[in-house]
Amino acid sequence: MADTAAPRTEPVEVDRAQYGLAAVLALVGLWTIIDARGLNVGFGDPIGPRVFPYVVGASMIVLAVLLAVATARGDVAQGEEGEDVDLTSPADWVTVGKLAGILVLNVLLVNVLGWAVTGGLLFAGCAWALGSRTLVRDLVVGVVMAAATWYFFYVGLDVPLAPGILDGVL
Amino acid sequence: MDTLTLLLDGFASALTPQNLAFCAVGVLLGTFVGVLPGIGPAMAVALLLPLTFGLEPTQSFILFAGIYYGGMYGGSTTSILLNTPGESASVMTAIEGNKMAKKGRAAQALATAAIGSFIAGTIGTLLVAFFTPGLARVAVNIGAPSFFAIMLFSLVLVTAVLGSSKLRGFIGLAIGLTIGLVGLDLSTGQARLTGGVLQLADGIDIVVVAVGIFAIGEAMWIAAHLRRAPLDVIPVGRPFMSREDWSRSWRPWLRGTALGFPFGALPAGGAETPTFMSYVLERKLSRRSDEFGHGAIEGVAGPEAANNASAAGMFVPLLALGLPVTATAAVLLAAMRTYGIVPGPTLMADQPDLVWTLLASLLIGNTLLLAINLPLAPLWAKLLRIPRPQLYAGILFFASLGAYAVNQSAFDVALLLVFGAVGFAVRRFGIPLLPLILGVIIGPLMETKMREALDLSNGAISGLFNEPLAIFVYLLILLALVVPTVLSRVRGPVPHPVSNESEVS
Repeated sequence: MADTAAPRTEPVEVDRAQYGLAAVLALVGLWTIIDARGLNVGFGDPIGPRVFPYVVGASMIVLAVLLAVATARGDVAQGEEGEDVDLTSPADWVTVGKLAGILVLNVLLVNVLGWAVTGGLLFAGCAWALGSRTLVRDLVVGVVMAAATWYFFYVGLDVPLAPGILDGVL
Repeated sequence: MDTLTLLLDGFASALTPQNLAFCAVGVLLGTFVGVLPGIGPAMAVALLLPLTFGLEPTQSFILFAGIYYGGMYGGSTTSILLNTPGESASVMTAIEGNKMAKKGRAAQALATAAIGSFIAGTIGTLLVAFFTPGLARVAVNIGAPSFFAIMLFSLVLVTAVLGSSKLRGFIGLAIGLTIGLVGLDLSTGQARLTGGVLQLADGIDIVVVAVGIFAIGEAMWIAAHLRRAPLDVIPVGRPFMSREDWSRSWRPWLRGTALGFPFGALPAGGAETPTFMSYVLERKLSRRSDEFGHGAIEGVAGPEAANNASAAGMFVPLLALGLPVTATAAVLLAAMRTYGIVPGPTLMADQPDLVWTLLASLLIGNTLLLAINLPLAPLWAKLLRIPRPQLYAGILFFASLGAYAVNQSAFDVALLLVFGAVGFAVRRFGIPLLPLILGVIIGPLMETKMREALDLSNGAISGLFNEPLAIFVYLLILLALVVPTVLSRVRGPVPHPVSNESEVS
């Protein structure tokens, strides 16, 4: 099972982040088993709801151990490639952080401000985080898209998205 | 001939002006989204899923038929005009297609891909129409133990045989199975893995999982590694082919179709293997094998036909057994479930009109695709120049919108971000997506069948093995696990599922 994927991006050393992944997987497996222990098996139900989670949780722990072993032996993950992916540069955590912040802000505000507002901010904010410098244009595009999708869902599909502060205006 | 009548009935209900319009919209949207860099067919279907919320089942299926083939075709356009493929099934198309494009033959590459896709898709869909009813009739009598074994078989094939790392494949599968566990246990009504969160009791909406992992995860992963220097896009005129191109293309189309369909229909998952085999076959058979690697049209025609034929073949297990074998099929299955339609052996008997309309719309969508794509190719090519910040901002926008629209709840959007993080991590650690998403969908089905089988045997483990078919499938699983390992010991890694090749050597 020793992978010999060519480590093109990372230097030849142990991929420490994989230990972190192994730890998280082991914890998830453990939690799955503990959670399943709390379930009741009904009378006349020979199998019950526990067996499947036991199997899944136990497999997860075994896999986590195997991953840790493979990592120690120098197994390196080969990140996914794609049209716009440049694996030769290190991960740009600043951009990812900005995007995550904007997405979380949308979750917190969408019911208060309404989709037509937060959707527009979401689009403009993400474009800004990804390096766009045409902020005004992005804002206009975002607000138009958000309002258009709000109307599309409301009128076209009968799905009322939150109007928020624009209740009555839209 | 029964099949033909039913299919004609399907055409009759699909060919109303309104339904044709839905199909055309689906094809256009599917191609539009599929052409965009970074969006594969599974993500295209997942992102467009919310559009169908207000529609009747029939209309939404028609829309999806268009989106599905449109997304598939859009992906091949991207891989021909940019030099990196979006998804693994397009790798082979990209090799020769991009070389052709660089030699100024982009128009011919797009044309042979489009026409090959059309032919493969049409033949494939017709084969689906002829095979599915028979298989469904047989499948009705398959008992729970055998069904469990078949599901296990498809998961093992997808996880262990495809993909480069078995360990990572199984990790993906285990993550998927864990996600599938969340929610109320179906027979006892007890909450599992919800952590006391009430919104999780109904289970996690598969739309949220799919959009989170495919769209948010992908966009974040790309954002972390965004290529700052734009790729060159090769300009393209209106696609056409000379007489010579036709004569070099038609055999590869048919051979690609013959290779692609069975692989799509078997629970072997995906178009990687048949496209690869088709490429190798065409290189062997071509009288100009020296041209391969420098833009041989056969190397585009064959794999592209194989790709689309396997995309059609995937409907056989989906409709007859309720078993998705590709990521896109998993998302389609989820879409059907939102309408209370459960694909499987009984669907053919219970709602035949729906199935036949779907098959007819697949054929119509395929035809519309050819009619729309050839003239519009220069326009699609322009989409590849869309500025990346706005493109990925748009993907994040529509992904958030989609998750929010499911229940109009901010909780779903938060959940979406959690799965976006999972999708990011999975890409960072090279864990394949297919076993993960199939685990989410097939896991609960497997548990149901397992408990059904063991209930009958009163808990004795022999209840899983008491059908001849089940034992046969377990033997296949064993073969699938052992044969590739032995083969790779003998002559390097060969990512082939159990095929007749294993009997030869």
